[in-house]
Amino acid sequence: MPARVEAIGGVNRRPVRQRLLWTVAGFGTLALAACLLAPLVGSTRISLAAVFDRSIPYGENIDAQIFFVARLPRVLAAALVGSALALAGVVFQALLRNPLASPDTLGVSAGAALGAMMAITFGLDFSLLGISAVPLASFAGSMGALAIVYGLSTARRRGTSAVVLLLGGVTVHALLSAVIAFVQYLADFTQTFRNVRWLMGSLDVASYAPIVAALVPLFVAWAGFATLPRVLDLISVGSESAAARGVNIERTERVALVSASLATGAAVSLAGPVSFVGIIVPHLVRLIVGADHRLVLPASALFGGAFLIGCDLVARTIVAPLELPVGIVTAIIGGPVFLWLLFRRM
Amino acid sequence: MAAVPKNVAAIAVAVLIAAFTAGSPEGLRYDDTLARRSALVAQPFRAAPTDVPPRRIISLIPATTEMLFAMGAGDRVAGASNYDRYPPEAARLPKLGGLLDPDIERVIALKPDLVIVYDTQVDLKKQLERARIPIFPYVHRGLADITQTMRALGARVGAKAAADAAATRIEQQLAAVGARVAGRARPKTLLVFGREQGTLRHVNASGGYGFLHDVLEIAGGADVLGDLRKQSVDMSTEMILTRAPEVIIELHYSGEMKPEAFEAERRVWDAMPSVPAVKTGRIYLLDGQEFVVPGPRIVVAAERFARALHPEAFR
Repeated sequence: MPARVEAIGGVNRRPVRQRLLWTVAGFGTLALAACLLAPLVGSTRISLAAVFDRSIPYGENIDAQIFFVARLPRVLAAALVGSALALAGVVFQALLRNPLASPDTLGVSAGAALGAMMAITFGLDFSLLGISAVPLASFAGSMGALAIVYGLSTARRRGTSAVVLLLGGVTVHALLSAVIAFVQYLADFTQTFRNVRWLMGSLDVASYAPIVAALVPLFVAWAGFATLPRVLDLISVGSESAAARGVNIERTERVALVSASLATGAAVSLAGPVSFVGIIVPHLVRLIVGADHRLVLPASALFGGAFLIGCDLVARTIVAPLELPVGIVTAIIGGPVFLWLLFRRM
Repeated sequence: MAAVPKNVAAIAVAVLIAAFTAGSPEGLRYDDTLARRSALVAQPFRAAPTDVPPRRIISLIPATTEMLFAMGAGDRVAGASNYDRYPPEAARLPKLGGLLDPDIERVIALKPDLVIVYDTQVDLKKQLERARIPIFPYVHRGLADITQTMRALGARVGAKAAADAAATRIEQQLAAVGARVAGRARPKTLLVFGREQGTLRHVNASGGYGFLHDVLEIAGGADVLGDLRKQSVDMSTEMILTRAPEVIIELHYSGEMKPEAFEAERRVWDAMPSVPAVKTGRIYLLDGQEFVVPGPRIVVAAERFARALHPEAFR
């Protein structure tokens, strides 16, 4: 990697370090505010004083349990899933040089869904370190899909074109979706119901164990993402010109592919498929901060978390005491926003 | 993605319709006249044969299969659904598909003189009418529909006396369960239909109507979600905590759950120690097929609920 790579599309003349500071400060405040405020709101009114009142034993303290069992894990899960999907979206869009690419594009989330469907339909009943069968099988499924796509991308000696990766990934996605349909077909009535419900996505994780488990692949993904910002700028213009500037394209593409897939797999196994976050958050962020990935990546991570926390807040309060599946809310909010973006550009 | 199986079924049905209509002079065209004519043709076959008891009955719903056996018409059942397990004789019958994917070809090949279908199986009904096979459409809403259907079905298959007697017996047994727990405090009960194994995610529970809701009320429980006009409710963790049920009854349907699995699944609820049912340990996991079949075994379900809710009444 060259020591200095100039930012592209630099309409903004301020030094990138200063812009990064402002970007992180702005989106960070938004994300932090979402994290702090969201647990206070819900279908029931709780007293914050009671939540932290040590004189009431925890077993008796309903306010504390609503706060610590029902709401806090949910908000944390939303923050992690939202940021993971947004980051994966940014990386896939740059890697595949396609604005429509999303965490779902390469079949990783379909692999995760297939794993979950199989665990539910065939009644798999095992757990590992407090993690139940469905998220485990789901993560395994996403890694299976990654293995196929990674195999495709390395089948040729010297990297592969974005077009081949994209077509291969889309085909894997379609293939896995067909297998999902087949597993669904084998399921009986009560299982079908649970399968359908899982496919709508839910952040109501009800404990911290699945969040901690998801952090393991997420840490690996974050480490990968951290190496990417500068080279993604070059790759998103074209791999030839990037190579001309001394970027190890092959290695970078693999780091990008594996990191984004790990993030997607972790997110989907934690919350089920939550659509649109990975597609609209990066586009919205680019509208605000420009195309420089040194800004887009951290801003998307923070804004993705805040966005999903907000969507989940809507999902759990709008029809209280019932709630909407969060995947429906992200699609209903995300769909029109994305269309607006699209027509604005035309 | 979830809609794909339905699409597959719809395509399969469409192909079948094409196959059937291709031979008729109207060909593939399907217009109003044809629909009206086929309805006119089918009408007498549905209404007329009440005086001639059917001899080859196909029941595509486990509940009606059990009803036929309960009224002594089991030996006339020629085929059942993929989900029929009870009585054991029913499990040995030819399996002809389920609600969404009935195997129409095999249904017709078995030459039935009565097919019991669920009322929403519109395509199947149309096909059977066209094949001039009489049907008995069945719908199910609440507990009262069980004995009502039994009586109507008994009259239709020429087993009126036996069906009436069996239906009356069910009503009496349910009343006896109700009488046994009468006058006792009715605990606020959460009736869980399903959740993700090993966690408290995706808890789905009984709302304010449906046959299991009715059975719960007869067995002396007050449905903690009884105010919601939904048959089943997706519950959030927060909702479980705020509704604070005094008893949790959780249904499993395999009929072969192991004791250690029971214990592990019961412990999952410990994450919510403020819920009264968790505090007092009143969490009951009941495993049985009778909880999914709104048929004669509903009496068994009612008694199991009552024993869980009011153990002292059964000493």
